[in-house]
Amino acid sequence: MEKATITIALAGNPNSGKTTIFNNITGTRQKVGNWPGVTVEKKEGRIHKFGYDLKIIDLPGIYSLTPFSIEEIVARDYILEECPDVVIDIIDASNLERSLYLATQMRELGRSKVLFALNMSDVARARGFKIDEDKLSELLDVPVHATVGNKNQGVDVLLQKAIEMVESGKKPPKGRKVNYSKDIEAAIGTLEALLTPHFQADSPYDSRWASIKLLENDSVVLKRIQSVLPDDALSELMSKTDSLRQTLRDRYDEDPEIILTDERYGFIAGIMKEVFTTSSRKRIDSSRNIDLVLTNRFVGFPIFLFFIWAMFQLTFTLGAYPMDWIESGVAAAGAVLNNALPESLLKDLLVNGILAGVGSVVVFLPNILILFFCIAIFEDTGYMSRCAFLMDKIMHLIGLHGKSFIPMLMGFGCNVPAIMAARTLESEKDRLLTILITPFMSCSAKLPVYIVLAGTFFGPRAGTVIFIVYLLGIVTAILTGRLFRTTLLRGADAPFVMELPPYRVPMVKSLLIHMWDRSKMFLKKMGGIILVGSIIIWTLSAFPRTTQYSHDYPAAIAHVESVFTQHIDGADPSARPTLEAEKADRLQDIQRAMRAEQTTNSFMGRIGKAVAPVFAPLGIDWRGGVSLLAGFVAKEIVVSTLGVLHAVDEEGSEALRQALVDSGMTPLAAFSMMIFVLLYIPCIATVATIRKETNSMRWTFFSIGYTTVVAWLMAFIVYNGGRLIGLA
Amino acid sequence: MTVMDHPKFTSTPLSRLAEGQRARIVAIGGGGALRRRIMEMGMTRGTELLVEKYAPLRDPLEVIVKGFHVSLRVEEAAQISVEVVE
Repeated sequence: MEKATITIALAGNPNSGKTTIFNNITGTRQKVGNWPGVTVEKKEGRIHKFGYDLKIIDLPGIYSLTPFSIEEIVARDYILEECPDVVIDIIDASNLERSLYLATQMRELGRSKVLFALNMSDVARARGFKIDEDKLSELLDVPVHATVGNKNQGVDVLLQKAIEMVESGKKPPKGRKVNYSKDIEAAIGTLEALLTPHFQADSPYDSRWASIKLLENDSVVLKRIQSVLPDDALSELMSKTDSLRQTLRDRYDEDPEIILTDERYGFIAGIMKEVFTTSSRKRIDSSRNIDLVLTNRFVGFPIFLFFIWAMFQLTFTLGAYPMDWIESGVAAAGAVLNNALPESLLKDLLVNGILAGVGSVVVFLPNILILFFCIAIFEDTGYMSRCAFLMDKIMHLIGLHGKSFIPMLMGFGCNVPAIMAARTLESEKDRLLTILITPFMSCSAKLPVYIVLAGTFFGPRAGTVIFIVYLLGIVTAILTGRLFRTTLLRGADAPFVMELPPYRVPMVKSLLIHMWDRSKMFLKKMGGIILVGSIIIWTLSAFPRTTQYSHDYPAAIAHVESVFTQHIDGADPSARPTLEAEKADRLQDIQRAMRAEQTTNSFMGRIGKAVAPVFAPLGIDWRGGVSLLAGFVAKEIVVSTLGVLHAVDEEGSEALRQALVDSGMTPLAAFSMMIFVLLYIPCIATVATIRKETNSMRWTFFSIGYTTVVAWLMAFIVYNGGRLIGLA
Repeated sequence: MTVMDHPKFTSTPLSRLAEGQRARIVAIGGGGALRRRIMEMGMTRGTELLVEKYAPLRDPLEVIVKGFHVSLRVEEAAQISVEVVE
């Protein structure tokens, strides 16, 4: 007979080794996505073991089931609503007391069967801790099994036990939950009596648990009860709850939720006394010693900066080599297609639309792989929380969390991995704010634009001007952060209370899984959007086809061909290469003029001319406008489009610089355009990433609108302000 | 018991402690989420803690409580009243 799938959820504190165990169980057969409606990562793996199909869910790491953070709500809702067959609570044996807080709450919830994994039992032993597993199991009426996740010890037995529990068919035990003091128990009893008649047997939670949550003023549970209870019963329940809460508050001079937390820890202290002994022998705490150096008052920052520099170097310098290979690969593929296919629209679409567009995104893959490998090392060793510890003071000034520093810094390289790196932030608000301000960090693709413009108009002062542009981006990010913190994303900061886990040697397997998961997501999700985007942009610049050119270009080409063929035939063999080169030059000139005319007449060119009045107040002409529109695909394209429209040679050349000067652009206008490029809508890959990471079209459009409006205003102020004070 | 023995008079905010000082938690102030989070992490009344260090910029600070390391912002630590343990 086909066995049904058994669902096992892994729960536990952050840093309890939960993810390591998950990786060990599922290997690479993982599906990473988001929990519905939120950006909390959801990991799921399906395996076949011991004759069963097992579905393993990795719940977010949490300290408690109080619905304060998104992670806590997600974990609790999952257990309540999906009711996994077994919840394995991974307990950090070297941190038993605190781990038991979540563990007792799991027991209290009484929804799924619960099994405790006493993880990192080796670390606990090394620290001289002795834990009486049998006693713990007896006291909480829960099977307990010791594991060493990073050595994959005990994990199979753990799974077997979980399967046994399901097969036994027993209901989760009801007794032996936390016993509160007399007053509290009485209050729970009163509410329970009111609730019980309205509870069905298949209700996701029992009336005792609901009563406790009502006493704790748990808004999520309150809402649920409101939706199931008839009005009269509800109003009675509400008034009773309020009066009980008030009575307790009067008696203890404290909110009931605080009293309950206190009492749970009191209950845990009782358990600790019975199951936990520690030998007094002194031991060397190497993690603490490492930290004395890494967060040292004097060398802490220099070391931190060095690590960040090294990560940057690896990502963008080492990454440049494979990037080159991919670029040449894409170019080669383009050349092959170019030669293999007859001249046609389809070929143009394939080569200049799809291949160029998708190619421009795939080149980021090496960067992303390396960056996420580095971030995985930071996270798995425990250094990431030290980064936050070091940087928090500075980041807090912008209204951000210390961990926001890494994504923002990465933004200087490429916004796509930077925004993805914002996942390391636990608070939804911090993450959103980080995502919204990261695009102001000037990414490396914008540099070629600055080089051309500053190089042309500011000569020896180009470096200073570019530096000012970068600085302006940072200032805009800071101001935006402060603005949003006090308006859109207001509300109390998430408490910074953050565990600094012991340093650990990372496991290569974990690092690789970590890296691959995120990169895979990038490839899959980006691929689709980029493909569509590239086709749209290509269509806009390829259509309508110009049929009536102002010049007879084919005739001009034929003329050049015939004239040079004669010349070359009649010339001395030694002079031929010079003539060949001259012929190629002439032909290129004609083709360039033809391309410029095609682009000018295309939808893109027409849109550019239509929106010219928008750019005029910034000192940017219609060619600049079209280039900026095309820059939505990738910022590098701004320069090449300018080149096409000015009918000059490849980007960055003297010819383009001369053409820009000839077009009447002033240094002030160039500076204004640089500011616009710095701040306006990020490239399509970034927009797609924002969409993916915020999981919201609203925020994506908000980001697009906000950046573009800010860009226009800043450029406007600079250009017109500059003219007012007499700069030109 | 004199007036001076009352916790109100002998306790200091955690943020005033120097590195290496040991203390016992007397009371936790502050608003809902922060207060509860601090307690849920195991920093309940009567718990002993050790101020391990301050960050290079003097904020946040790191304390060791129940065998694990936690960092708190100074403004958060100011909400925790402690009495110094000699």
